[in-house]
Amino acid sequence: MTITAPPEFEQVVARYEPVIGLETHVELGTNTKMFCGCPTEFGAEPNTQVCPVCLGLPGSLPVANKAAIEATIRIGLALNCSIASWCRFARKNYFYPDMPKDYQISQYDEPLCVDGYLDVEVEGQTVRVGIERVHLEEDTGKTLHLGGATGRIHGATESLVDYNRAGIPLVEIVTKPVAGTGALAPEVARAYVTELRDIIRSLGVSDVRMEQGSLRCDVNTSLNRPGDDWGTRTETKNVNSLRSVERAVRSEMLRQASVLDAGGTITQETRHFQEDTGDTRSGRSKEEATDYRYFPDPDLVPLAPDPAWVEELKAAMPEPPRVHRERLREQWGISELDMQSVINAGAVELIEATVAAGASPDAARKWWLGELARRANETGAELAEVGATPAHVAELQRLVDEGKLTDKLARTVLEGVVAGEGSPAEVVAARGLEVVSDTGALTAAVDEAIAANPDVAQKVRDGKVAAAGALVGAVMKATRGQADAKTVRELILSRLGAV
Amino acid sequence: MAAISREEVAHLARLARLAVNETELDTFAGQLDVILQAVARVGEVAAADIPPTSHSVPLTNILRDDVVKPGLTRDEALSGAPDAADGRFRVPRILDEEA
Repeated sequence: MTITAPPEFEQVVARYEPVIGLETHVELGTNTKMFCGCPTEFGAEPNTQVCPVCLGLPGSLPVANKAAIEATIRIGLALNCSIASWCRFARKNYFYPDMPKDYQISQYDEPLCVDGYLDVEVEGQTVRVGIERVHLEEDTGKTLHLGGATGRIHGATESLVDYNRAGIPLVEIVTKPVAGTGALAPEVARAYVTELRDIIRSLGVSDVRMEQGSLRCDVNTSLNRPGDDWGTRTETKNVNSLRSVERAVRSEMLRQASVLDAGGTITQETRHFQEDTGDTRSGRSKEEATDYRYFPDPDLVPLAPDPAWVEELKAAMPEPPRVHRERLREQWGISELDMQSVINAGAVELIEATVAAGASPDAARKWWLGELARRANETGAELAEVGATPAHVAELQRLVDEGKLTDKLARTVLEGVVAGEGSPAEVVAARGLEVVSDTGALTAAVDEAIAANPDVAQKVRDGKVAAAGALVGAVMKATRGQADAKTVRELILSRLGAV
Repeated sequence: MAAISREEVAHLARLARLAVNETELDTFAGQLDVILQAVARVGEVAAADIPPTSHSVPLTNILRDDVVKPGLTRDEALSGAPDAADGRFRVPRILDEEA
């Protein structure tokens, strides 16, 4: 990476204290949109999941989706929030074609859930991230900018709009400012989004996939000198992976420090994270369009969640991910330190699913934290996106356990799986990688090796068992590495009467 | 004192992308002021314990089940659009006045 020379970052946190805040948007996995019965499937043909309500046609009236309200309350409960006994939807007015109504239905000063917290673990410390609010709104349409050289909005001569996504329920989760984390700020940001994602996934209300945009994150960062008031913050958008959350905070801290060191001031602005370079660039400055003229939506009646309903939802909450992880740790029989490596690698659910598919916990952990983690690291992908599934890994291990693959061959097979060549069995068949277990063929290869190396063979007969290594090597070469070295060795020793 | 200033009217017109000339600004500022003053009189009689009304009917929790209902076909959806291309609504460039 180009941005994180560690000494420089250490100097920055020695001089400045960071304050971070995160705004996370989660697209709910409901069957229908927030205020109409249009389907919400990802990847449908443009403008095929629309109706008069989500197109804002005259005379149409929105009606709130009960499942979305319930999902939002459950998210609020999981984040230890108070649930409002009465609240309203508001219109956020702005002039931009991503919403056909020229306003977005959101919540303003009366969010559904307020004042909670989420504890996250970073380097053995528990950091409590305060939750300011959790509110419900509708997602916007997708715009495609034409005429600009790069497909970006600047320089575009016209835009094409697809309203399939407009109106899909979107939950916004806003943290309170998080101060006092010092050098850990980037990791706290990442740990928070990771934990939030895991919690929401455990609730089953969203697939929370950052790469598909169902989990989106904006990161606020400011720096101040110790003892001073908090500094001016910037808001970094376009942060589309967990790794990017950490990088965005780190690079923004470095950038702001260099501005402040030079005697400059930080401009309150929106910045865009650049995935390729890992730094942030200034976006559109916050102009007067932030004058959203919110007012209660007269087409939607207030929400007043029945306390009995909220209690019912509370009683049915699933096991929190932290508790679930602790239970898994005990089942897998590993130390807290080892579990932390699993968590850091983002491998908890992958290993859990691999074990469920039949592999032993140790084997599952070995593959995900070994070959596959290395592969993910090399390509910069999330572990879950590396190209192998838990089912693949379990199948691979089964082939090893059945003696059909050696460990070394299994690695080669895994390469094939990751490269998209199919399941382990398919890769084995296509590449002809199965272990030579035909004793006749193996014995012939052993006899050939003995015949070709009479001196070595004699040494082994004389009791120098260590010399057998050369013969094993010859047999492995003859079988193109597709024999089990241990079996070959035993066979050689028995042929030479050395056992 | 006026309930709304000429500058505020100009600002609102800009936010709504309405081209309002100087003469119209004077007219609308005056008219809007009369309306707002009239509405403001409600505040004079409402006691502190009366919450502002946003909805005229005392209803809450009108919700629907999460069940898909047929919407419009793409052709129907685009039929009222001034312009369309590739199955999408086509709109003029967006940022030139804001950048």
